[in-house]
Amino acid sequence: MAIWADKNTRVIVQGITGREGSFHAIQCREYGTKVVGGVTPGKGGTTHEGFAVFDTVAQAVQKEAANCALIFVPPPFAADAIMEACDAGIGLIICITEGIPVNDMMKAHDFMSKTNRVRLTEYAEGMARLTAEGKSPDARTTQTAAGADPIQRAGGSRLIGPNCPGIMTPGQAKIGIMPGHIHREGPIGIVSRSGTLTYEAVGQLTKRGIGQSTAVGIGGDPLPGTKFIDCLAAFEADPETEAIVMIGEIGGTAEEEGAAYVRQFVSKPVVAFIAGQTAPEGRRMGHAGAIVSGGKGTAAEKMKALQEAGIHVIKSPADIGSKIEEVWKK
Amino acid sequence: MKVHEYQAKEILRRYGVPTPRGIVAETPDAAREAAKELGGRVVVKAQIHAGGRGKGGGVKLAKDAEEAAALTKAMIGMTLVTHQTGPEGREVRKVLIEEALNIDKELYVGITLDRRLGMPVIMASKQGGMEIEEVAGRDPKAIHREPVDAILGIQPFQARSIAYALGLEGTAYKKAIDFLQKLMTAYVEMDAALLEINPLLVTKEGDVLALDCKMNFDDNALFRHKDVEAMRDVNEEDPLEVEASRFGLNYIKLDGNVGCMVNGAGLAMGTMDIIKLAGGEPANFLDVGGGASAQQVTNAFKIILSDKNVKAILINIFGGIMRCDRIAEGVVEAVKQVGLPVPVVVRLEGTNVELGKEILAKSGLALITADGMTDAAAKVVAAAGSATP
Repeated sequence: MAIWADKNTRVIVQGITGREGSFHAIQCREYGTKVVGGVTPGKGGTTHEGFAVFDTVAQAVQKEAANCALIFVPPPFAADAIMEACDAGIGLIICITEGIPVNDMMKAHDFMSKTNRVRLTEYAEGMARLTAEGKSPDARTTQTAAGADPIQRAGGSRLIGPNCPGIMTPGQAKIGIMPGHIHREGPIGIVSRSGTLTYEAVGQLTKRGIGQSTAVGIGGDPLPGTKFIDCLAAFEADPETEAIVMIGEIGGTAEEEGAAYVRQFVSKPVVAFIAGQTAPEGRRMGHAGAIVSGGKGTAAEKMKALQEAGIHVIKSPADIGSKIEEVWKK
Repeated sequence: MKVHEYQAKEILRRYGVPTPRGIVAETPDAAREAAKELGGRVVVKAQIHAGGRGKGGGVKLAKDAEEAAALTKAMIGMTLVTHQTGPEGREVRKVLIEEALNIDKELYVGITLDRRLGMPVIMASKQGGMEIEEVAGRDPKAIHREPVDAILGIQPFQARSIAYALGLEGTAYKKAIDFLQKLMTAYVEMDAALLEINPLLVTKEGDVLALDCKMNFDDNALFRHKDVEAMRDVNEEDPLEVEASRFGLNYIKLDGNVGCMVNGAGLAMGTMDIIKLAGGEPANFLDVGGGASAQQVTNAFKIILSDKNVKAILINIFGGIMRCDRIAEGVVEAVKQVGLPVPVVVRLEGTNVELGKEILAKSGLALITADGMTDAAAKVVAAAGSATP
């Protein structure tokens, strides 16, 4: 079943006529993802590389029943693209764009939470009406990967990223910039703040003949739409996921929050690696969110919190595959 | 991005945040004139991008214009060492001449992003002049934290609660509320990542001013602040890092002797970690990015080799969209141009890895190839060790 993305996911690419958007839209289509079109304001009605182009996300939703947006819009306009997708009722928004100002992301998050609140209210009202009419409220629940997500089930939007590689459900949907061929179908869920480290983890697993249920890159920004806890909850609820790989890095407290969540709510084995054990204080290590400041957000702190939550913490990124093999199905 | 104290105060004044009157000087003569204009009794403050200047001898009181000139003469050109500069220190090129005020209280106010809450938080403490981390470590309750919605802005009750937490009353209380509201506006409108007023000065007359100011900016928002971008002082940055940024490379110099070239920030950090686990010390962080072309690899090579401590280099690439054969060609091309002054270990994985390995093998270059990260780390640490005299 996987999480959030599957063969029923209908993707539109925002910024499809740009170099990156165009290249990756084709790559995703070649993998077998249902890419139903793209959005570039001012180019609606045309086709680009065989994709129908729309002026607005709302048009793409209306004409193609798109339920997922993949964003390659340049940084100054990316937050606007996120809000447009949310407003159009897109359930899963994946923002690849790197370099969005923090203030812009605060606006986008604010817009999304308000919109989602409205959707949740409408959903609750709809449920109440169905119950009053004597119909089963469950009729509204769809049997797709998205159906398991409470926000999306209520018609709200989930944002993954920004500054992320996207989401991959092997054999069903590649929605992002990751190399599709290194993946294979299987039982391991992966959640990571880093792109290439995710590929590294996938590569190690596939080499050992172990496949992945879904791999989610939550991105290297300080204010991500989806955090570790969201992914951990989804993997725990997904019957096809049997073990979880969690790849964190220095900066912030998302790993510690994840650890607390695992301790209370996750029964499946979790293997974790934290990048940046040797990173100096006060320096941003490439990712906007990867910084130790004021002695906070160190790898050591995070590893300790994860260990105390019963997570299998590895010191070397080369041990992800072997550790999963060791703890999975035990 | 960081700016100097005098530049940060210039920005604060635009928003009506009170600061002491001050003039920047680069020569003793200019300092003398500035001091005269400011009334004689002034403070001479070395302008470098690091805290702890006072303890390092970079902030001094002058009783008149002559002394201001003499202090400036001594300060310009000196290497100022503070706990934030590292042992090599920073050369002082400019001083800020500022009017001396009658200090009643020194407080602390700082604004930064709280990532967990997803909004800015104003931190306030009565213990001004000290580093906030130090205060937090010793007595976390001494810091008042007020999360503020960046879109709604600071609400009057929030400003009041901070002013109360700072123990202010009367004129100073009223002025602090106004100060905080303007400070918050400056933080949001200027896309600051950190805005720290330490100390926040309360004078005997009840005035509230920013005696010192540290302002860091969100690099991603600089496109809409060309004026701030123009304030960048490359003298304050590592020359190699400046050079690397010109090539669009993400490079941070470290103290070890194993150079690394990696694609992706997370994998680059992971590579540093595994070098350390293998008993070595990384010489740098370097992310060549997703589209590592031959030109980028060559540039990265040159940057890494400019660091004379480097005794061996590890190239660790996970080819995704960028194929390994292209990267291998880039490495071969780079080595042909730059040579092989130190041993180079190459670990390739991902798309077209076999082709990539074949290209390296056929090149006839004395590259050391590795399978997997553990093997690569062991080989490069051994190579760096054997190269150490």
